Amino acid sequence: MLEIKCPYCGSRSQNEFSYGGDSNIKRPELGKEVSDKDWDNFIYLRKNPRGKHSELWHHVAGCRQWFKVLRDTSTHEIFKTAKLTEEL
Amino acid sequence: MTQKYRLDKEGYINRKKSISFKFNGKKYFGYHGDTLASALLANGIHLVGRSFKYHRPRGFIGSKEDEPNAKVQLYNGAKTEPNAVATEVELVEGLVAKSQNCWPSVSFDFGAINNFLSKFFPAGFYYKTFMWPKSFWHKIYEPIIRKAAGLGVAPLKPDPDRYEHKFEHCDVLVVGSGPSGLGSALAAAKNGARVILAEDKSKFGGSLLTDQVTIGNKTGKEWADETVEQLKSMPNVVIKNRSQVFGYYDHNMMVMFERTKDHIESPNKYTPRQKLWYIRAKEVLVSTGSIERPLIFGNNDRPGILLASAAKEYIKKYGVLVGKKPVIFTNNDSAYDAAIEFKKNGINPLVVDIRKNSEGTAVKEAKDLGVNIKFSHAVANTKGYLRVSSATVGKLNNDKSGYENLENIPCDCICVSGNWTPTVHLASQSGNKLKFDEIISAFIPNQSHQNETTIGSANGSFTLKKSLEDGFNKGFEVSNKLTKKNIKSDPPTSNEKSYDNYEKFWCMPLPENKKYKRCVDFQNDVYVSDIELAIREGFRSIEHVKRYTTLGMATDQGKTSNLNGLQLVSNIENKIVPEVGHTTFRPPYTPVTIGTIVGREVGKHYRPTRKSPMHSWHEKNNAVFVDAGLWLRPRYYKQGNETLQQAAKREGANVRKNVGICDVTSLGKIDIKGPDSAEFLNRVYTNAWMKLPVGKARYGVMLREDGIVFDDGTTTRISENHFHMTTTTAQAVNVLAHLEYYLQVVWPELDVNVLSTTEQWAGAAVAGPKSRELLKKLFPETDVSNEGFPFMGFKEENLFGIPARVFRISFSGELAYEINVESNHGIFMWEKIMNLGKSMGIQPYGTEALSTLRIEMGHVAGSEIDGRTIPSDLSLEGMLSKKKDFVGKRSLNREAFLNPNREKIVGVIPVDKKTMIPEGSHLVKDKNAALPNPKLGHISASCWSVEYNNPFSLAILKEGKKRIGEKLYALSPLKNKSIEVEVVSSHYVDPKGERVRS
Ligand SMILES: [Zn+2]
Repeated sequence: MLEIKCPYCGSRSQNEFSYGGDSNIKRPELGKEVSDKDWDNFIYLRKNPRGKHSELWHHVAGCRQWFKVLRDTSTHEIFKTAKLTEEL
Repeated sequence: MTQKYRLDKEGYINRKKSISFKFNGKKYFGYHGDTLASALLANGIHLVGRSFKYHRPRGFIGSKEDEPNAKVQLYNGAKTEPNAVATEVELVEGLVAKSQNCWPSVSFDFGAINNFLSKFFPAGFYYKTFMWPKSFWHKIYEPIIRKAAGLGVAPLKPDPDRYEHKFEHCDVLVVGSGPSGLGSALAAAKNGARVILAEDKSKFGGSLLTDQVTIGNKTGKEWADETVEQLKSMPNVVIKNRSQVFGYYDHNMMVMFERTKDHIESPNKYTPRQKLWYIRAKEVLVSTGSIERPLIFGNNDRPGILLASAAKEYIKKYGVLVGKKPVIFTNNDSAYDAAIEFKKNGINPLVVDIRKNSEGTAVKEAKDLGVNIKFSHAVANTKGYLRVSSATVGKLNNDKSGYENLENIPCDCICVSGNWTPTVHLASQSGNKLKFDEIISAFIPNQSHQNETTIGSANGSFTLKKSLEDGFNKGFEVSNKLTKKNIKSDPPTSNEKSYDNYEKFWCMPLPENKKYKRCVDFQNDVYVSDIELAIREGFRSIEHVKRYTTLGMATDQGKTSNLNGLQLVSNIENKIVPEVGHTTFRPPYTPVTIGTIVGREVGKHYRPTRKSPMHSWHEKNNAVFVDAGLWLRPRYYKQGNETLQQAAKREGANVRKNVGICDVTSLGKIDIKGPDSAEFLNRVYTNAWMKLPVGKARYGVMLREDGIVFDDGTTTRISENHFHMTTTTAQAVNVLAHLEYYLQVVWPELDVNVLSTTEQWAGAAVAGPKSRELLKKLFPETDVSNEGFPFMGFKEENLFGIPARVFRISFSGELAYEINVESNHGIFMWEKIMNLGKSMGIQPYGTEALSTLRIEMGHVAGSEIDGRTIPSDLSLEGMLSKKKDFVGKRSLNREAFLNPNREKIVGVIPVDKKTMIPEGSHLVKDKNAALPNPKLGHISASCWSVEYNNPFSLAILKEGKKRIGEKLYALSPLKNKSIEVEVVSSHYVDPKGERVRS
């Protein structure tokens, strides 16, 4: 079980959090024309890197804030966590 | 009381406290402080089981958790436990144990015929034999294998014991309390660290309990006892015996079980049997010690053949002799300790040593005591069936490929030693890639990937001096990283024997023309010939050899066999061991009872139960409850001998005719506030929200970004910037997370806050043609006329002094209202409604009637919003705004979603108007078509229509409404039903929706 440092609450066990995928994915702006390909990329296509991955986590059993985590997908090492407004 | 092999002195047992126990149906006695193993050995019993495949008689090999043979079944009935390791079971009065894997008894076992047929059971036997024909697998092969492979018998009744879970945090966790463990715990604790010291045995001290050493001016045992007392007195130390750390997980999450009950004679009723500890340690010091390696020779698996260290431990800890005519067979000095202990207790051992000579002090001491030693000799074979009776000993020739002469030496036990293997399991689990140490011919930890430090003999340092230094130094180092107090404790001086080199030779040659079985893995019954066969058949990777031969795959995880197996592969392949590599160590280090892992999360504690504030009223009024997620909801209120269907019909009909009341507390409720609230709703719902007036509710549909319908519900504008959203019971949690995601991640510029208020409000739906009349009585001051309180209206009211929110919304399709009050007033509200509604014939209705009413109205719910449907599939296209963008809108343009032939919602009635159509039935054109019969759709929900008094179902059907009027078949092979049905509109009752507006 990972130990994740919520930027608001501090270090907590993984079972307080839920995973939210790649944090670099940007939703296309509402009301703007989006090509099929771009929309397809946004909805379905994700990288599956071995190594460093910046991702979103949600502190569901805590402060209920979403935040960013830089994690190694093969070793589970967590290098850094940050608020959404901060750089990872 | 005949404990013929018990010594008058030695051991940490209480000879004044005799304990009786049963083994294989016979009564024996041991002493307090014994294990089941030591008590059996005191009674001269070595034969404890049969081997896994060939049913060869087997006895004890070890004295601790490495024991591969002595797996026993404890107790009977619900309390029974399979695969208990006899060396780890503490003796208590009334203990009942029996051997496993033998029938009818351990001394006469039918399965032993396998031993004589063993040439038919080589490695890979199962794979080769049970391949063909495929149809034989289920009925013939699998039952045979299962019966033959049966280790223990799982209990068939619920576990009567209680298990607890515990969460802990510490600076330094020390695993194992030998010299390095005690030393490091003391050094770390003195340096101010919060320390947990875990020892799996009942006594602290590890090797100090059995070794003849001095530390400072004390014996090893005295020093250990004193150190333990010192640690116990420190407030920053938690010290636990009977506690096995069995798993090393990510981010230094250590998992340990503590045995809290089984060793106690008359435990309290609520004493948990075991506790599972989750320990998050900043630093972990692994001082798990080492395990002695057996030697491999002909018939080396007979009862009475065991590790030399085990023989010594049985003498020193339990005052038990494992035999009175011992042969000690070794390739190193440590076995001489056992010889010395035997000699000191009046027994004359014969030492057979592979080496030409040794200058170690233990050897010298043995010689001085007059112990008979045969250097350059080896045990080639043994005799004796249920117990070893002689050793065939011969002088090894120069290249150790054979023997110069062989003689038969009578004996009753053979104590073997092939040097020591560090216990690296936890280090390996932590991600440490092990390295091979040529000096000790074993793997030791290399580069740590977590905050893990392995010390003492687990790290390959086999001297006391080194272990103490290691312990004190690392204990200081890792604690100082955390406390920075710089309080360093020096290791005490120590005195021990000096050890000469061991011989790197483990597998004895077979005498000429002999084909003796030489066992490598005792628990899984793997022999030298099996490994040779695997290599001959082309298996090269050690992982493949392991799986083909099952070497090291038993519950002991190959603690005594892995390295011997590797060594053999490397010898046969002419490779060095590090090239062969090692297999992966995985948790748990020792078997863990399932009950311990489950803890208290069994039965109704499996997950929390959510109850509405009106729950007690439902109970008093014969409600039959149903699980709705975590909620318990009344399914129906049983009257007399009613069936579920009869009750649902009665309750539903009363709603259509008079008025009913339904507990809707479990619906998700989300409070939404902020100046951008309307804009936010406009984005997450498919329909328009900007112009919703204050005091009005609106039905809304939410999509996922991929266009699939996510949830539906009504949202009410309480004031300009304040909304009250409702969700389905099932999706309440997910909708809140969904909203938070969009507010925090996607549109942080929106000034909106959301908060779950599900538990803050008790909700009651009051539905039926007489509901307005009832509302008038509940709120006499209020204009409840259709004009004064129209459909989708909302009012903040006062229910006899209690603030209430009243919504005119309907799920049943009837004229209906929903009343919310603060949870603590829920029961007041409910009883008030029941009371005032009596004259109108009010009855409560449960989820079954609720479903009936919504199904015949064609309202969709979870069975239609099933993660596969888009709005147009559910006739919800009218809910899609054309003027604005919203979550999921772009996806609706996908080709597949525009296909007019998609499966869409319809109604279905059976042609005979009598037969209920099972939910999940498939709709087909031709009931007799060849399988797989082409599927046109499926039945999503069924009810007995109270309006028309016949069955009615909703279905998701290809081409949807285009098929209205068609006759199809609903097939349910599970229920063995084939029903002719007619497709009708999904809006079966009141298709124009006049009642809700009346
Ligand atoms: Zn938090």
